[in-house]
Amino acid sequence: MSVNITFLVITGVLLATGFYLVLERTLTRVLLGIMLLGNGVNLLILTAGGRKGAAPLFKPDLPADQYSDPLPQALILTAIVITFAVTAFLLAMIYRSWTLTSADVLADDTEDIKVSQSTAYDEEEDSPVAEDTTEFVDEEGRPIREGEE
Amino acid sequence: MNFLDLAPLAVVLPIFGAGAAFLVRRRIKLQRLITIGILCVTLLLEAGMLAAVWGGESYAVHIGGWQSPWGISLMVDGFSAFMLLISTLVSLAVLFYATSQGLADGDEPGPVSVFHPAYLILLAGVSNAFLAADLFNLYVGFEILLTASYVLLTLGATAERIRAGTTYVVVSVVSSVIFLMGIAMTYAATGTVNMADLAVKLPQLDQGPQLILHVLLLIAFGIKAAVFPLSLWLPDSYPTAPAPVTAVFAGLLTKVGVYAIVRTETLLFPGGAVNAGLLVVAALTMVIGILGAIAQTDFKRMLSFTLTSHIGYLIFGVAVGGELAIAATIYYVGHHIIVQTSLFMVAGLIERRAGSANVTRLGSLAKLSPALSLLFFIPAINLGGIPPFSGFLGKFGLLHAAAQDADALTWVVIAAGLLTSLLTLLAIIRVWARMFWRRAADAEIPNPDLVDEAAKVADQTAAGGAQAPHLGLKLARELESEALPWGMRYATGSLVVAGIALTVFAGPIFEFCQRVAAQLIAHEPYINAILSY
Repeated sequence: MSVNITFLVITGVLLATGFYLVLERTLTRVLLGIMLLGNGVNLLILTAGGRKGAAPLFKPDLPADQYSDPLPQALILTAIVITFAVTAFLLAMIYRSWTLTSADVLADDTEDIKVSQSTAYDEEEDSPVAEDTTEFVDEEGRPIREGEE
Repeated sequence: MNFLDLAPLAVVLPIFGAGAAFLVRRRIKLQRLITIGILCVTLLLEAGMLAAVWGGESYAVHIGGWQSPWGISLMVDGFSAFMLLISTLVSLAVLFYATSQGLADGDEPGPVSVFHPAYLILLAGVSNAFLAADLFNLYVGFEILLTASYVLLTLGATAERIRAGTTYVVVSVVSSVIFLMGIAMTYAATGTVNMADLAVKLPQLDQGPQLILHVLLLIAFGIKAAVFPLSLWLPDSYPTAPAPVTAVFAGLLTKVGVYAIVRTETLLFPGGAVNAGLLVVAALTMVIGILGAIAQTDFKRMLSFTLTSHIGYLIFGVAVGGELAIAATIYYVGHHIIVQTSLFMVAGLIERRAGSANVTRLGSLAKLSPALSLLFFIPAINLGGIPPFSGFLGKFGLLHAAAQDADALTWVVIAAGLLTSLLTLLAIIRVWARMFWRRAADAEIPNPDLVDEAAKVADQTAAGGAQAPHLGLKLARELESEALPWGMRYATGSLVVAGIALTVFAGPIFEFCQRVAAQLIAHEPYINAILSY
């Protein structure tokens, strides 16, 4: 199978840029990254379909190997719709996040910070306890220890 | 016409139900009725499907009658039918729980009325992923369930949920992109996405391309199944969602990833080329997850960590391979779905009863809430793997299978598995001792209401004296039924009972799992059922 090298290079650039942007903390950049990723992977599916050919509409006099492969195009169509829906949802979420925090960056998880800052010392389990060395008590309930009295 | 030709209804019914539920979004009672009705019908259908393939049959449904491998096929075999039935059973219990919670809170027709439609779409996606017999349909199933889960996770759109939701959405989208890359490359290499066709064609490829496709798909599924180091998104995002949503996510979503991994490893790449890597990953998932759980003070976060930790057992079973290990994995998946969901439901009940699920604020619950204590205790020790519960049986099966002609690495992972089991018990007992056993007044941040109620109950017990010692218990029961609607308690209770049933009927169920495992390893049933069309 011969492959269109231009497509592959463009796919690589799109995916690399996309992954880089997704690693950012700024939400709009993350969104741009996701859009680039979606387009990059669609191009990859198109490349996977092999050589170019006639539109896959049946013509009586055209031999079967002259058509282009329709399956990747169907897959891309589905993938485009899904990416579109997810992008719209993310955009709404980013807007909501901006309304709530008036910042375009992802906030920290407060519970996570609490756990990471907690010390290994646990008051309930690790605090020194007055050890009872005897099970015997006197009339007022005070423990009777050896050598006392 | 075979009964199993109705299999697509497992996806279609919830989708149409979601449409209907959305249309009547202003009439909340009708909406509830539709959702519960649809789920009940789906459950019956899936019970019939499981009964039809209980003996080890495989049946492929070819949508639109297209010839294989060009058309879209759905696969009904023991594994998919078992997963379908358990997932619908769990979703139905959670739906009752959510409905009862909504009834008690007097929910208004508002933005929350998207809950029922989104819930049904989630279930349709899960069912589609289980039934899919080609990679792209599996991808579509994943996307359906993920998109619904985005909506459910951010219900109400509070600052905390939006923060958690953003991480969740971005991680999920990236995993989907990696999955799509895997599909594109698989298609480029073999010219097909039909799994039966792939099972024939993939072994003919060179080792290099095979390994790349294998690892790409495993990474994509690994993110969804929350396998370390791809699991860190889960404890961050799950605990913020409403209790029923977290419960159903914890039960189902990661298991869809595990299901895909089992299919990939047994059907598409049966050589076990990356088994050593999977073993290491399984051990790390188990140990690091459970260490995270011990560090938490929030009960829901702790449960999320035990969730990721126990995914390690499933990956372990897949990595060991062989009939017994796969059978134990399937049994353990069923156990884990039910137990983890019931525990998250209990977490919701605790939150409702005591105003918080943070162990630093709780105490006296054993005295104040006897039914709740029982509902917590049974699934908790089940999760910890105490005999005779299903958690013990599943773990025993896994470790027993692994110990048969094990090499050094496998022994290390077995040790990690035992250690994890022990640490799970430690985490559970710590929570039990603090939330239920100690006095509410001894909590780090005592809750005045709890302290008050505990004092009242103690007074009643003292007042009853030797003649009427049950007076305190009676008051506790009254306080409990006031705080917790009966529907929520019974829904949780029914799942706890289902967990016990998995133990009581372990014999026939495990035999079934062994038949399924033999079928998965043999390949021919799957390939023949699809390609013979």
